[in-house]
Order: sequence, then structure tokens, then C-alpha cells
Amino acid sequence: MTTTDISTLATALRPVLGDAQVISDRQELRTYECDGLAQYRVVPALVALPRTAAECAATVRACVDAGVPFVARGSGTGLSGGALPHAEGVLIVTSQMRAIRAVRPEDERAVVEPGVINLHVSRAAAPFGYYYAPDPSSQQVCSIGGNVAENSGGAHCLKYGFTTNHVTGLEVVTPDGDLVRLGGPAPDAPGYDLLGAFVGSEGTLGITTEVTVRLTRSPESVRTLLAGFAGTDQAGAATSAIIAAGVLPAAIEMMDALAIEAAEAAVRCGYPAGAGAVLIVELDGPAAEVDAHFTDVERLCREHGAGEIRVAADDAERALIWKGRKSAFAAVGRISPDYIVQDGVIPRTALPEVLRRIAEISAQRGVRVANVFHAGDGNLHPLVLFDDAVPGQAEQAEEVSGAILDICIAHGGSITGEHGVGMDKVGHMPRMYSADDLDTMQLLRCAFDPRGLANPGKVFPTPRLCGEVPGRRRGAHPLQEAGLAEVF
Amino acid sequence: MPDDVLADLAAATDGDAVRPAGDGDAVAGVAPRYVAAPGSTEEAAALLRVAAARNLAVVVRGAGTKQDWGGPPRRLDLLLQTRRLTGVVEHAAGDLIVVVRAGTPVAELQAKLAPAGQQLALDTPLPPGAAATVGGVVATNTSGPRRMRYGTVRDLLIGITVVRPDGVLARAGGKVVKNVAGYDLGKLFTGAYGTLGLVTECAFRLHPLPTARAFLSCRSSDAAEAGSRVAAVLASQLAPSALEVDAAPGGGTETAVLLEGTARGVRERATAARALLGGATVTEQPPPWWSSYPWRSGDVGLKLTAALSGVPRLLAAAADAARRHRAPLTVRGSAGTGVLYGALPAATAPEAVAAIVTELRAETAAVGGHVVVLTAPLAVGERVDRWGPVEGLDLMRRVKAQFDPEARFAPGRFVGGI
Ligand SMILES: Cc1cc2nc3c(=O)[nH]c(=O)nc-3n(C[C@H](O)[C@H](O)[C@H](O)COP(=O)(O)OP(=O)(O)OC[C@H]3O[C@@H](n4cnc5c(N)ncnc54)[C@H](O)[C@@H]3O)c2cc1C
Repeated sequence: MTTTDISTLATALRPVLGDAQVISDRQELRTYECDGLAQYRVVPALVALPRTAAECAATVRACVDAGVPFVARGSGTGLSGGALPHAEGVLIVTSQMRAIRAVRPEDERAVVEPGVINLHVSRAAAPFGYYYAPDPSSQQVCSIGGNVAENSGGAHCLKYGFTTNHVTGLEVVTPDGDLVRLGGPAPDAPGYDLLGAFVGSEGTLGITTEVTVRLTRSPESVRTLLAGFAGTDQAGAATSAIIAAGVLPAAIEMMDALAIEAAEAAVRCGYPAGAGAVLIVELDGPAAEVDAHFTDVERLCREHGAGEIRVAADDAERALIWKGRKSAFAAVGRISPDYIVQDGVIPRTALPEVLRRIAEISAQRGVRVANVFHAGDGNLHPLVLFDDAVPGQAEQAEEVSGAILDICIAHGGSITGEHGVGMDKVGHMPRMYSADDLDTMQLLRCAFDPRGLANPGKVFPTPRLCGEVPGRRRGAHPLQEAGLAEVF
Repeated sequence: MPDDVLADLAAATDGDAVRPAGDGDAVAGVAPRYVAAPGSTEEAAALLRVAAARNLAVVVRGAGTKQDWGGPPRRLDLLLQTRRLTGVVEHAAGDLIVVVRAGTPVAELQAKLAPAGQQLALDTPLPPGAAATVGGVVATNTSGPRRMRYGTVRDLLIGITVVRPDGVLARAGGKVVKNVAGYDLGKLFTGAYGTLGLVTECAFRLHPLPTARAFLSCRSSDAAEAGSRVAAVLASQLAPSALEVDAAPGGGTETAVLLEGTARGVRERATAARALLGGATVTEQPPPWWSSYPWRSGDVGLKLTAALSGVPRLLAAAADAARRHRAPLTVRGSAGTGVLYGALPAATAPEAVAAIVTELRAETAAVGGHVVVLTAPLAVGERVDRWGPVEGLDLMRRVKAQFDPEARFAPGRFVGGI
């Protein structure tokens, strides 16, 4: 792709989108050079800001005509480099598609444009007594389109499931530039479940321009407790006991000593002093059910060695309990100049063993690891701390981070539970899947994107059938942008 | 004359797994030439490599209970049975997951899970004695009343092993509940009616068995009254596991609610639900029609979907169509999720079925849904468009062309002639 090709493309797009919607100024382009994983930076050749699905489709068609790759971007909070631009491609940003088109509590549905912020859907539904269940910690800024692409989860996904369980319809611009509807307000549309295949495809099967989401009736009762334990072994055992008792909490979250220390320093959440681990357990549903199970949960926590148990008396106290957890990523910035946010999954019962292994590796290599995670579903978020100013530390941290993923794979888990493969974990895919498995996934991709123009180089390590350009992995300088992290 | 193909197929297996087809092997009236029942995923892959080399058209059969769902295959050489691909590979009770081979009867799986106080939270509407397999349930995307609380196959399936039409073995997903690495091919194979390949193993998320349950039923005189009851339950915070309606021709509409939970919780919620419904019978056992399709073998079976608020309209439209066409159309299903099933007797004139389907399609389209003819006598099948309009059909054809370029797997049995 030459500069003239791009300027031809820009010239073609301007009359369609409007001058202000097509950015080619180098300085302005720079603001889009990375997503939430700031170690990867690429300045896009062009940025397009469509305001409608038709404009988005026209942009994709222009890319197809010019043979130029395109990358979708929502709010740019992704933590795997999924929205990393292509140096010779167009970044299609949905930030000007932010209308909530309909809120229909009687159908338990809302229809929104892709740039709509996750939390805004719940806000719009709240007056009717409904909410949008998937709640990533980034929900104040991340977009629904990004959630769809990543199949994002959140603390409450233990009970309610992930984005894929809450999206019933999509309008999609295919990599050919066609507008297609998949699913709708009703369930079980006839034919292949392309909607299900699209969710979690990280922008490699097209761009979604309208999303029909399921709204969930707000629960009658919500009860939250915080329990302090001597260490993660006890907290892990309590988690397993709660699940084994047949209780399905809305959320079970765990933080270890280092994560508690960081959260305390950052937001003074007042977690039990000296605790080696805390569990946050939240139950919701009909009051009678919640009360019965809450008693069980308190008892099981005590039986497994909980010292202090704090029960939120009201919404303000609940918010305080959650504050420490929700700010954990950013808080780690207070105790370490740099850190890697890892995202791996293990079977829940392997928790104590895996945490011990992580502690061993951390001690051996002299790299500190803070653990914050969705204990209920075994989704770990180890935060690997380092100081980029000290030569060699970044590489060491990267090694520890990789070793943690190896442990996850060895326990039959996954290399990512919610942050996606993106650019970051392309190299890990062959450790989790065989060449044939990956080849089979490529069949789907080739059906949607025979030219390999939609977010090339992401998710899959090698182009198998459609010949896309493989992603280069660059040096590791993991550093979350302070400005972004502070939002939470 | 020796049959080379049969010899090749036999050589790919332990020998006993393959036989020439006989009476009773036909699929929707189309007879295969060979029948194979592989004993392992590897053997299945070897068989399918032979099928690919020999250009054999293949239909997969589980228990065979739903072979009349979907049209007759355009051609058929090899019937591949999963009856020997059975058993639980792994049940990790503490992790609430199970890995099971596709030929395992769902009932058998549930019996294995129950002692651990667990279940695959999937209803499989079944006539007595039918033994639907895990693979068949996944391939037809079967669901029942409790989908309202637990979702359907797509929500519970966390990993899948398949053999592609070219004989290549592939996995997607895994055995942890949370996993976003790579495409979710399980979703693609769910409801694909065996047109993309053979499912050999499935990993599912499990749920604890509830300690108590209560069914509440009440009768409404018309669709509007039933509709307002349904709406009242939906708007409540009672978190029911299922909300069903049953509308027999000429009769009223029965509404039934399932509550699951702790003993005390269910008791208190049942009291509240009873008040909400304006009176109801509370029982521990389901009403007789619960979780069963309204048709009998050989009848016409329809699936009608709608946005939730469109359910009363659909019930009224069905009653109206039944009256005008003098056809005893029974409608039943999940008012709480917008999925209903309709039945017409086998003897209904094909023209009447076609007219009713067309009219109902206009109604479902207005409320964002579809009408699919799940099962029908051959004469009816020839007369009606089984699937109706399908969004994204072009993309679906492209998916099929990638997985099965020679169109050898269940050709013609799926949407748009796929
Ligand atoms: C502090 C912090 C906390 C976080 N917590 C969580 C958490 O709890 N759970 C969780 O799951 N994630 C979490 N994330 C990750 C991130 O917020 C999610 O992945 C989110 O869904 C990304 O949304 P976005 O709008 O920022 O997407 P972007 O980063 O802009 O894009 C993400 C991917 O989606 C694609 N994409 C964007 N829009 C579209 C579209 N319209 N159509 C098709 N593809 C599109 C992009 O190409 C890219 O591949 C967190 C991130 C941060 C920074």
C-alpha cells in the first residue's frame, strides 16, 4: 500500500463520510496508535469515523476495492492489542455510533449502536427495573461493539454468563462490505448460529453496527460479604465448598495479600488488616433464596478459616467492598511502576495448587505477582510487577507471565478467559490448539473474509487458507497507560 | 462382486463396525448403501477419510429419534451411527463440568450426574422410551421449558470435538467455563443438523440440582388473559425457571410456572406467584403436557418464535388460523422465552398446512420471529417451505462450502438446500 493509494482512498471516503469523519493528519492519527495494551503501537494509515451502518459499510467496501486491511475500534480499552491498527490500513472507529435505539423491557431487549458504552445500557434500562448483565470492570468506558468482539465477561458472569449469552441479534458489515442481520429479538433463528460464531471473533469476521441485547430483570435482593482469610489456600477451599454446596453466587472474587496491599494504598477500601486473601461473595435473586444461601455462605467461609466477615448493610457499604476489587488493576500501579495484566483460566478446583505454583515461580525468579481474580470460574488475573527502568526486568516479567499461561494450559485451562487473543497471545494459540484445530477455525474465517482484510494478524498465528499477514510480536514493554487505568 | 467401498470402510475400523444397509436404515425415505458404527473418534475419522476418498454422502444418526426432522437427503451412501461412541469421558464435579461422548443417551448422562447432585440443565422433550443422544440434541438444538433460566445448548456447551467431512479431527473451546481463545465452533455445530461434520465429544457446564421445586398452573379463557398473566410473571422478581403455556384447540390456555430453589424459598415464592396469577394450583409434579412436544409421531410439528411481547399475539393468531382452516392446531411452549411449538394432525391436508404456515409466518415476522416446520409427513414436506426466510443465508452457504465443499454431509436437509 503506497501513500497515493491511501490518499485515493481518503479522497473517495470524504464525500461519503464527511471531511471531519476521515482523519489523515499524522498527529491526529497518533492518538489511535494503541489500545489498552500500550506496549504495541502502530499508527494507522487512515482513521474513519462512520456515523451510520451505511457509512461503515461504504468504508469497508472502499477498503475492499483498494485491497486495504481494516481494523475496528470501539473505546480502545482492549487488553490484548485487538484494536491495534494496521500500518497500511484503515482504523474504523465506532465512537460516533452511540445511540441507544430502543429499550423494550416488555421484550427484555435493548437495541444499541456499537459505540454505546456498556454501563449506559444498564442506565437506560434501570428506570424499568432491568439491567444489562455482563459487567466488565471497564464498563464505564468500553463499548458494546468491543464487548461483542471480545465476548467480554465481568464479575457477575459466574451466574449470568458472558456477552455471548446476552446478545440475541446483530447487524454486521461483512468483510465484503455487505450489511447482514444475524439473529434478532426472538431466539433460535433458523440456520447456522453465525451470531454465536461472530461473538468473540475479535473483529476478524466483520464489524457490528447494531446490537440487540438481552435485558435482565433486576433482582429483588442483593447481599454482599467480604471475608478475610489467612491465605489463598483457605480462600480457595471456601470457594470450592460454596460451589459444592449447590450455591451459585452472582460473583465470587478473590484478591491475595499483595493485591490487597495495592488496593488499600490506592482507594482505602478498609479490607481486613493482615489478611492473606479476601473473598468477595455476592448473592442475588428472590429475597427468600438469597437469605437461605447467604447463611450457608457465611458458615462455609467460617468453616474454612475466615477471620473477619463483613456484610454490606447497604449499597454504600457494598460499593466500598467492590471498590477495592474494581480498582485493583489501576491500584497495582501504586506499588509498582510497571506491570503485566495476565488473563488465564484453570478449573476452579485447581486454584490452590496453581496459586502455589505461581508463588513458587514468583519466588524463584524474584518477580512479584499480585493475584486478583474471578475465583468462581477459575479466571485468574495475575498482575506481574516490574520496573521498566531496570534493565532486564521487563523480559523477566514477560517470562513469568508466560510461565503462568503454561500452568493454565497444563491444567486443561485456557490462555484467555475474557481479554481475548488479539495481538498479544497469537503465539500461545498453538499451545492450546492443534494445527488442525486452528485450521478448522480458519474455515470459518475464510467463509466470512476470503481476502483476509478484517483485522489481519490477530487471533491466529499463521495464515492457513486465506493468506493473511501474520502478526509480528514485538519487544515486551508492558505498561498500562496511567491515564486509562486511572479511570477505574 | 466384491464391494471395494465396503472393504475400504471395514479396513478403516475393527471390522464389525461396518455393514451393508438393510431395511430400516432409511433416512426420511432415502436408503443408504452402508451403515457404520465407529467405536472411537479416531475410528470415525478413519471412516470419514474413506468416505471422502470415495465421495460418499453421509448422514449421522444418533438414536434416530429425529431423523424425520429436516428434509430427505438429496443423496445418501453412508449412515454413520454414534451408538458406540458412548460414555462419560470426565465428570469433574467440583468444577461443574462434564465431557461426554456424542452417542451417549442424555437420560443416561443425567443418571450419572444425579448422584453428585448435578445436572445438565437441558430439557429434552421426548416421547416415552425415546433415547435422544447428546449429539442429536446438540445437532438439533433441542430445548425445553427450563431454557428460561439455564439457556439452551449454545449456553451450556463449552467445548466440542468434531470430525470434519474430510476426516480431520478438530477441537474448539475446552473444559473450562470461561474461555475466549479462538472461534466458538461449538455454536456453529449446534443446530447444524449434521451438515458440517460429525460431533464426537461435547464438554458441558453443569448446574446443581435444586433441592425444591413447585409448579403453578392456571387456566385462562383466551390468549389475551394468558398474555397478561405471562407478562405479570415476567415483570416480577420471582426468577422462575420456566414459564409455559399450553393452548389446545377450542379449549382455554393453561399457563404454568416452575419455581426451583431452596425449600423455604420455593414456598415463599409460590405464595407470591399464586397471588400474581390470581389463583393457581400448586404441585410438586409438572402438568402432564410439560416439556413435551404437542405432536405425535407422523404429525406436523412447527416451531414458532417471537419477541417476548409478541407471544399473546402469536397465540391469538394460531387460534384464529385453526378456526378459519378448521384444523385442530395445538400450540404449546416457552412463553417466557418466546419459543412455541405447534402441532397439526398427520391427516391435515398439505394445502391447509401450507396456508397456515404462510399466515403464521406473517405474524411471527411482525414480532421478530420465525416459523420452522420441524417434522412433517413427506407429502406436507414437499408442499411447504420448511425453513421460511433465513437471514444471512449467503454467509451460511459459504460456511458450508468451506467445511463440506462437496456437499456430502446431509445434503439438502438444512436451510436453503444446504
Ligand atoms: C481497567 C480495565 C479493566 C478491564 N476489565 C475487564 C473485565 O472485567 N472483563 C473483560 O472481559 N474485559 C475487561 N477489560 C478489557 C476490555 O475493556 C474489553 O475487552 C472490552 O470489551 C473492550 O471494549 P472496547 O470498546 O474498548 O474495544 P476495543 O479495545 O476498541 O476493541 C476490542 C476488540 O474489538 C474489536 N471491535 C471493536 N468494536 C467492534 C465492532 N463494532 N465490531 C467488531 N469488532 C469490534 C476490535 O477490533 C478489537 O479486536 C478491561 C480493560 C481495562 C483497561
